[in-house]
Amino acid sequence: MTSRRDFLRTTALGAVAIAGTAGFTHAARAESLLRKSHGDSGDPMANEIALAAIQAAKDAGASYSDARVGRYRRQFVAAREHQITGVSDSESFGIGVRAVVNGAWGFAATRDVSRAGAVRVAQEAVQVARAAHTVQRTPVVLAPTPAVTGTWRTPVQQDPIDIPIEDKVALLLAANEAALKVPGVRFANSGLALLREEKTLATTDGTLVTQTFIRVGPSFTVTAIGDGDFQSYTEELAPRGSGWEYITALDMPGNAPKWAALAAEKLTARSVDVGRYDLILDPTNLWLTIHESVGHPTELDRARGYEANYAGTSFVAPPEKMMGKLKYGSRLMNIQADRVQQDSLSQCAWDDEGVAAESWMLIKDGVFHDYQTVRDQAPAIASLNGVNHSHGCSFADSWDSVQFQRMPNVSLLPGEHDSTIDDIIADTDRGIVIKNRGSWSIDQQRYNFQFSGQVFYEVKKGKITGMLKDVAYQARTPDFWSSMDMIGGKRSYWLGGTFSDGKGQPGQSSSVSHGCVPARFRQVNIINTARSV
Amino acid sequence: MPDTLMNRETMQALSKRVLAMSSADETRVNITSAASGNTRFAAGDITTSGDVDNTLISITSTVDGRRASTTTNLIDDASLKRAVDTALRLAKLSPRDPELVPELGPQQYQDVIASNSDVSNLGATARARAVEQLITATRSPGGAMPIDPASLFVAGFLEANGTADCVATSKGLFAYHASTDVSLSCTARTPDGTGSGYASSGGRSWTSIDPSALGRRAAQKAFASRNPVAIEPGRYTVILEPRAVADFIPGLVGSLNARSADEGRSAFSRKGGGTKIGEKIVDERVTLLSDPFDPDLLGQPFDTDGLPLKRVVWIENGVLKNLAYSRFWAQKQGVEPTGGAGGGFGRNPAGLKLTGGSKSVDQLIAETPRGVLVTHFFYIRSLDQRTVLLTGLTRDGTFLIENGKISKSIKNFRWNDSPLLSLARLADIGKPEPIEAGLVMPALKINDFTFSSLSDAV
Repeated sequence: MTSRRDFLRTTALGAVAIAGTAGFTHAARAESLLRKSHGDSGDPMANEIALAAIQAAKDAGASYSDARVGRYRRQFVAAREHQITGVSDSESFGIGVRAVVNGAWGFAATRDVSRAGAVRVAQEAVQVARAAHTVQRTPVVLAPTPAVTGTWRTPVQQDPIDIPIEDKVALLLAANEAALKVPGVRFANSGLALLREEKTLATTDGTLVTQTFIRVGPSFTVTAIGDGDFQSYTEELAPRGSGWEYITALDMPGNAPKWAALAAEKLTARSVDVGRYDLILDPTNLWLTIHESVGHPTELDRARGYEANYAGTSFVAPPEKMMGKLKYGSRLMNIQADRVQQDSLSQCAWDDEGVAAESWMLIKDGVFHDYQTVRDQAPAIASLNGVNHSHGCSFADSWDSVQFQRMPNVSLLPGEHDSTIDDIIADTDRGIVIKNRGSWSIDQQRYNFQFSGQVFYEVKKGKITGMLKDVAYQARTPDFWSSMDMIGGKRSYWLGGTFSDGKGQPGQSSSVSHGCVPARFRQVNIINTARSV
Repeated sequence: MPDTLMNRETMQALSKRVLAMSSADETRVNITSAASGNTRFAAGDITTSGDVDNTLISITSTVDGRRASTTTNLIDDASLKRAVDTALRLAKLSPRDPELVPELGPQQYQDVIASNSDVSNLGATARARAVEQLITATRSPGGAMPIDPASLFVAGFLEANGTADCVATSKGLFAYHASTDVSLSCTARTPDGTGSGYASSGGRSWTSIDPSALGRRAAQKAFASRNPVAIEPGRYTVILEPRAVADFIPGLVGSLNARSADEGRSAFSRKGGGTKIGEKIVDERVTLLSDPFDPDLLGQPFDTDGLPLKRVVWIENGVLKNLAYSRFWAQKQGVEPTGGAGGGFGRNPAGLKLTGGSKSVDQLIAETPRGVLVTHFFYIRSLDQRTVLLTGLTRDGTFLIENGKISKSIKNFRWNDSPLLSLARLADIGKPEPIEAGLVMPALKINDFTFSSLSDAV
């Protein structure tokens, strides 16, 4: 057995990055690039242990088994005003084994990543499956997937974990320093979340793959204090599947004064008058609305009721009445799902069931087309969409979590005309522009939502006339998307995202990106969120 | 659940091993050993079931007024040494922390017995049996059954956890606490998609949970909530069942932070400076507290620093009595630290209890001429910190009350309201009930609760 240091080194050297699958490419391109890395053997120790686990599960009576050996490195640096409030570094290493016995699932996981530990936990997974079988009425059926071997690594220039901590500290303190020079600004918080996750997957279908994911998540918030009032501003610094070069390019110290000035300006902004307005959503705001009102309802497990006890079900159900039939929004609405976009958080070569990453359409010209699927859900709609394979949406947030259906990147594709948000503003008689995410909430079937933002601008006769505050928009999903009558072009496409999309019991958190363009929505209900104590 | 939980002696030995490796000025070790088992079900089948064990070791090193931490789950000597060295290296590279307070020396702790073997012994087979019992109960819930109960879609989750925590410092502090917690929840939906009912229960002991009763309750609510009618959004008297109160009130707890209040950026900031401690902020029937020794809560008697946690009354008879003081902020303000100075929707490790009256939900309904009964809430988010204004939705059983009786099922609402302002508009308060481990809440009757729009969701 190799040492753990060898494990890390081997994984890094063995990795072959997939070169730029930028923007709006299709599955075919991703697959051709993937072939380059096929056949690489990954890390011998992780491979050996994962293979021992699935063999043990098979020996104990499993008809199918998969094992994931995961090592997660996370680093956080946080600053408030002129001081560092936290520097932490964590690693977590373990193995999780899934087994199907007599058509029932079982799972077990341990931090004991030895051959003996792997065998014990595989046998435990089989026992858990046998217990579940006593209640099982419908046996698990898995969509077929070809066996694959290979390695993949997020294409980055600089691994963020390897950047000296002094550089990270200096960057945050410089950003705070610059923000605090702005009159009225009293508090500044900034932070960096940096991740490197290495994952080896072996399945009894013959798949053996190792992937290394690198992700960065910067944050920046300032608070201005006025006469009996306080206002905060959070810049929308999208987390990405990128390297340190992305953090550098954001120029947080250089932009901090501009961001801080917005918090101070909010103190004197006019409180919004409630009513219906044409809403112009910047991509920094719209990405989260897409996530909640399109991403979640098009998850097949939700549509089939599997999240009924927690995250909720979906209005996009039952599948036979929805696919190719439901008018979701206006004809400008084309929504793509993918796990191949460069810099996105969902980018990978294979999901946690070894299914190759691809892209496919969820909504075409405003009509619902297809769901997000995993291997044990895809067969339920194969007769409806003619797709016999999983779309590759299986993901577990850790070695000790069981993989299940998680959202890929879900993005609003650009319009045909290459217009920008300025063109949309110029075309609007009375409206409100909203930037960045504020508060967000949506019901358990994804109909009624209410979102806020960080800054709001009043638009009159094609021009921005001033800043507003206390704004939130509230709508019903199909009405909202049907009212979309103008969208930006390729030039205005921007990739937002989150590190913390929650779903499942026990709760799991996944990272997901959403690309979009600015868009206008007609006559949306605006509420005022201010109250007095 | 795997039998891998560390006992006091093992944790003490492990923490000593780690402390001996450190050459920092001060070192703190936090260890969490966890073993858990869970079973998830939907469509009457178990969808996932699993057993997991893990141990997390956090090392916080202080050197020359600088501090940093590392966490690992690798407990061989070489890995621990690497984690210790990384913590020291990161600390040395960090700037001096002007808010640094020294690690604590030995403290006196009162033990809290919060472990039950009926939870740690709840294996996959026992969990499957409980799920079967619950699903069977939904098939014969009793009372009126307008549709075939076998057609209900039943989903839910059973989770049993065993946790051991310790804190040790290079200055001689050692604290250990073991606990168990278990919860079972389920949602039943009618096949036409118009009715949905929810029921849940939880605590530190499995014997207090009755899977059949939960199954029956969820099924009855699903039947009763079928074909909801829309009523106009607006201000209504509401009766929030204890589960809904447990969703709502912790949103207030995150705001009970002394520093934010002193800094003028909280609902508890006094105009002109300082905090609202000593002022009447809500109805005088309201008392909100955290107390690890309360037999209903059985919380952890220390925080991550190893600071002993005591009973803290946040609101007493409507008056703001305390805010959460970190050790740094307490020292600066010349008061005793409360520990557990969380933010956001954080839960206090010592638990949370809203004391109240003695009325049952049925009694509160009987005394209400017109109002809305809420089973629980969904997707609560902050709208405005200045007033602790939140937004969220009702879910899985929302009913109109007329003349002291449930008259009809109504469509769900989005609401925009504040736990702080709601407690000031309190109409009545029910009997406190255990919701989950460390959380006890009563039903509340609140006047003029703001439902802002209708939701089509069931």
